[in-house]
Amino acid sequence: MKLFLNLGSLAHGRSGDKGNHANIAVIAYTQAGYDWLRGYLTAERVAQYFAPMFVGHVSNVPSPQTGTLETCPTKVVRYEAPNVWGLNFLLYDILAGGASRSLRIDTQGKTLALTLLRMDIDAPPNFADMLRDKEKPS
Amino acid sequence: MKTIRIGNGCGFWGDNIDAPIRLAQRGNLDYLTLEYLAELTMSILALQKERDAEKGYAGDFLDVLGRLTPILQQQPSLKIITNAGGMNPAACAHRAQEILQKAALTRRIAVVSGDDLLPRLDALLPEHPFANLDTGELLTTVRPRVVSANAYLGAKPIADALAQGADIVITGRVADASLTVGPALHEFGWAWDDWDRLSAASVAGHLIECGAQVCGGLWCNWQEVADWTDIGSPFVDLAEDGSFTISSDAGPGVNRETLTEQLLYEVGDPARYLTPDVVADFTSVSLAKVDARTMRVHAARGTPATDSYKVSIAYRDGFTASGTLTIAGPDAVIKAQLAGAALLQRTGQTFERSNVECLGGGACAPGVIAPIKGLTEVVLRVSVHDRRKEAVERFTKEFAPLVTSGPPGVTGYTTGRPAVREVFAYWPALVEKSVVQATVEVLP
Repeated sequence: MKLFLNLGSLAHGRSGDKGNHANIAVIAYTQAGYDWLRGYLTAERVAQYFAPMFVGHVSNVPSPQTGTLETCPTKVVRYEAPNVWGLNFLLYDILAGGASRSLRIDTQGKTLALTLLRMDIDAPPNFADMLRDKEKPS
Repeated sequence: MKTIRIGNGCGFWGDNIDAPIRLAQRGNLDYLTLEYLAELTMSILALQKERDAEKGYAGDFLDVLGRLTPILQQQPSLKIITNAGGMNPAACAHRAQEILQKAALTRRIAVVSGDDLLPRLDALLPEHPFANLDTGELLTTVRPRVVSANAYLGAKPIADALAQGADIVITGRVADASLTVGPALHEFGWAWDDWDRLSAASVAGHLIECGAQVCGGLWCNWQEVADWTDIGSPFVDLAEDGSFTISSDAGPGVNRETLTEQLLYEVGDPARYLTPDVVADFTSVSLAKVDARTMRVHAARGTPATDSYKVSIAYRDGFTASGTLTIAGPDAVIKAQLAGAALLQRTGQTFERSNVECLGGGACAPGVIAPIKGLTEVVLRVSVHDRRKEAVERFTKEFAPLVTSGPPGVTGYTTGRPAVREVFAYWPALVEKSVVQATVEVLP
């Protein structure tokens, strides 16, 4: 039987801006969850998930006048913070201009973490050991 | 072992104005820090100062200070460290002194400045290119449009001000964490190359710099917050060896989840968190639970600070406006997209940048989260950005007509035409520390 789980059942997180870049911290609830996410949640997987949002400094929809959509290369770098079971993703140029220039409602990427936590994941066999209530926050 | 208690009651200009009062009342603090400057706040303050030489600071601080005066009467040793000075710390300090005098309070105020590089920019530019950290472009390409250029100063001038007997330290641009590192350096007399302790205090400063965000605000497991009215503000009890506990004056307090979410907030490489004071290694710290609302943080490691300051530059970059209409009824998303496109076309203008969004239909992560099918109510948001102010003004006049000449179910036009705002773009750069001279002036 296939299990449908999202990232948010194994991890919590937070996102914010750095100019036109955003960072998303994904923090596992358990050591088991962190060990599994280190292999599963690669920078490539996160880049692919957010690919539609890497649109340079322009809008997320084609201009009505020109019909074109400016794109930019997706660049995501992952850092590890094993002491807090954290994976920190830096998503370059994802904010379509950032706090000062973006025309999006979420100019600062405040909601990106919740969006990533909605990602469907291929549940590992021992997923039950990774859920939050297995290890209450100490 | 000696410990000091430092609490932060303000995370940005616009934050809750009662939080610092409550924190000072309930927190039993040695130091109250108040942080007001986001990346682009300085450009707004620079324009205020341009219009009025006596302005250019975060005015909210003076309101807070006025309301703090009865508490300062009761707590003679409470000290305040704030970057509310913005582009004009001297003017802010003089106004603060008037407020204290009116309340018959004797407090020594110090002004930390030297961060403002705008007056020296042209003299510095030949040798210091202020290359954009993201794009590598040289500042000369936008120099005529620059409105502010500020180096992020560190903890040393704050510690110096305290050593000169200051009770209230008002700074311009300093690194947020340095508001906490400054008093720690002063109290404990740490060496300037005691990187592990500087790192520990920087971790403490980073954790509390956004106020409630470390003690319940934004917490992913928000259902466990019992009372959102008084979420609380954070404080640290920082020991001489650099270890500290962190808690809050109300609300759910600090637990492993709230702490770790904030530890990695707006961080790049957590093993190399750059401040003017130290390169802090966030991956080195150990966390332990003290009680349900208090965590202990210890064993921070640091490495030597770099030889440059980060410089935050803002430059004029055209005009923008953004307006909304509510679209209800069947096919709300289709009608909103149609109305948005029509609105832009009716202006007769081609804008450098434009955006049509359906709020409620996945606009926070466009293209990533698909809108729920069959939505019957969304908010249409249309935005433009262009060098031509008149084109942007023209754009703002096309919202109201859609109420009578758009698809059925258009409403929510009650606040008048959207405002046209000037855009200040952000230009991050570095400058050698040797060319920046931080100054401390204690008011008589």
